Amino acid sequence: MIELKGVGKVYEDGFQALNNIDLAFENGKINVLIGPSGCGKTTTMKLLNRLVDYTDGEILLDGRNLKEIDPIELRRQMGYVIQNIGLFPHMTIYNNVAAVPKLLKWPKEKIKKSVMELLQLVNLDPDTYMNRFPSELSGGQQQRIGVIRALAADSSIILMDEPFSALDPISREQLQDELISLQSEINKTIIFVTHDMDEALKIADQIILMKNGHIIQKDSPNNIIANPADEFVKDFIGKKRLTPKQKLPSLDNFISKSFVSIQSDSSTAEAIKQMTAYKLTNIPVVTQDDMYLGSINLYGALDNQEETIENLVESDTYTIESTTETVEVINELNSINTTIPVVDGNGKLVGTLDPYQLLYEWRVTSEYECGEQ
Amino acid sequence: MIFFQGYMKYWREDYSSILAYMYEHMIISLTVIALSITFSIPLAVYLTKIKSDLIKTITFNIANIFQTIPTIALLALVIPLFGIGFVPAVVALFLYSLLPLLRNTYAGMNSIDPGIIEAAKGMGYGTIQRLFKIELPVALPYIMSGIRVTSVYIISWTTLAALIGAGGLGDLVLAGIGYNDSMMIFTGTFLAIIIAISLDLVINKIEKIFSYS
Repeated sequence: MIELKGVGKVYEDGFQALNNIDLAFENGKINVLIGPSGCGKTTTMKLLNRLVDYTDGEILLDGRNLKEIDPIELRRQMGYVIQNIGLFPHMTIYNNVAAVPKLLKWPKEKIKKSVMELLQLVNLDPDTYMNRFPSELSGGQQQRIGVIRALAADSSIILMDEPFSALDPISREQLQDELISLQSEINKTIIFVTHDMDEALKIADQIILMKNGHIIQKDSPNNIIANPADEFVKDFIGKKRLTPKQKLPSLDNFISKSFVSIQSDSSTAEAIKQMTAYKLTNIPVVTQDDMYLGSINLYGALDNQEETIENLVESDTYTIESTTETVEVINELNSINTTIPVVDGNGKLVGTLDPYQLLYEWRVTSEYECGEQ
Repeated sequence: MIFFQGYMKYWREDYSSILAYMYEHMIISLTVIALSITFSIPLAVYLTKIKSDLIKTITFNIANIFQTIPTIALLALVIPLFGIGFVPAVVALFLYSLLPLLRNTYAGMNSIDPGIIEAAKGMGYGTIQRLFKIELPVALPYIMSGIRVTSVYIISWTTLAALIGAGGLGDLVLAGIGYNDSMMIFTGTFLAIIIAISLDLVINKIEKIFSYS
């Protein structure tokens, strides 16, 4: 548990980088520090391993004042991953990962065991990779080594300074996924600095949003989206991320009320006539009091013109309740290509929904949002 | 053929003095190289660690000035201070050798990716550990190439040290000029080249052992 109490940092030239920061990093959680550049997120992280010293307040590491701990000892207890990866080019992968355990003078066997385990943890075969040099690895592989190097000394706290931002989008996604699954096994206290809100929302247990050396909001990803503290937070999260649930019009707007239906006691010929007249391949069938029964397919009807509607109706068709969220409907749409009947809570047919129309509207709305950003 | 036989005869008669000149030459050169390495490299490392641009500028300008003085003039200039012989020759050549090694080491140390240094700091390397385990090894290719360049220069310049009585293969060349003896001139030149090339090869080997990629 790391606690910052009223911590401030004033540089020699008088620049106030941090102002009265109160913060607790919980054990075993991914804490993401995020904010625009110059907000003090990296400074806050560097306070923890004393690469930057604070000028006001105090920081407690498991109840111990940070300034009482020797900086070198402190840093060996904390893993550190940086943006530029910073692998030592003159050392093999093995020696890179083993760097801190060697500084701590672990016995050779223990170091070897730990390095092997860690390489396997990130799916890099130890026999293939341990004797290679960093320059022989891809960027994504290098940063995997960067991450396990920070884990090598089995420290309970890992500091990560924009570790994935220099990687290509695909490697970045992969490493984020790996970090999440890794964390479920290792349960470290991770302090993660980023400026990428998508990344923060994806990996964080706690997001700490900063601006001009102040903490603006700290909350879980869901809460931060649900209750942004102020306009700045909203702006920073971005309208696009805030809107999917709010901004898509409710399903009502897409339901066509002037639909064609046929009553179950009509003749099949009548149904065929209706469908050809309105150019439909399906027509919903209702009872006399408009309860939805199922639908008839045009080709089915044409093949069996002597049958009654009641025998032809397919009752296991896909329907939507009129109260469903538009987003959920869109998520279900991928394989549906006919008009969908919409029913109310009692099973009464209230309208139909054209999936193409809905997807079109949805695309227009999202393009409008993207253009706005 | 006759020339070749004559040359063999010259070697047979004079090989002990030729080897003595060669030995002198190597002693002067290696002393200068050793001094230069022990002085320039720490100085360059120190220069990369200080913030004051003034000290850096002054140091590099001094080294620059020594480099621009013609070798023969610099040798003459140390005579009033150190007299003639081995010591003044070593001093003059040492001053001469400062710049290439200083520049290369300085450039090598500055070329280290700041990310590597930040990572080393953040992982808990102390200042001295960082210098010896990370920074110097990473900068080593630059430093070694500085040592190579300097060594080859020095072996060639040592030939001039004979002018102030320090001996070496320069003596052989000068005597050859005096007697108009092309065999002596050729032998002095040839052996200086051989020493330079073999030292270059040795340093190249050492560089290979320590290089990483």
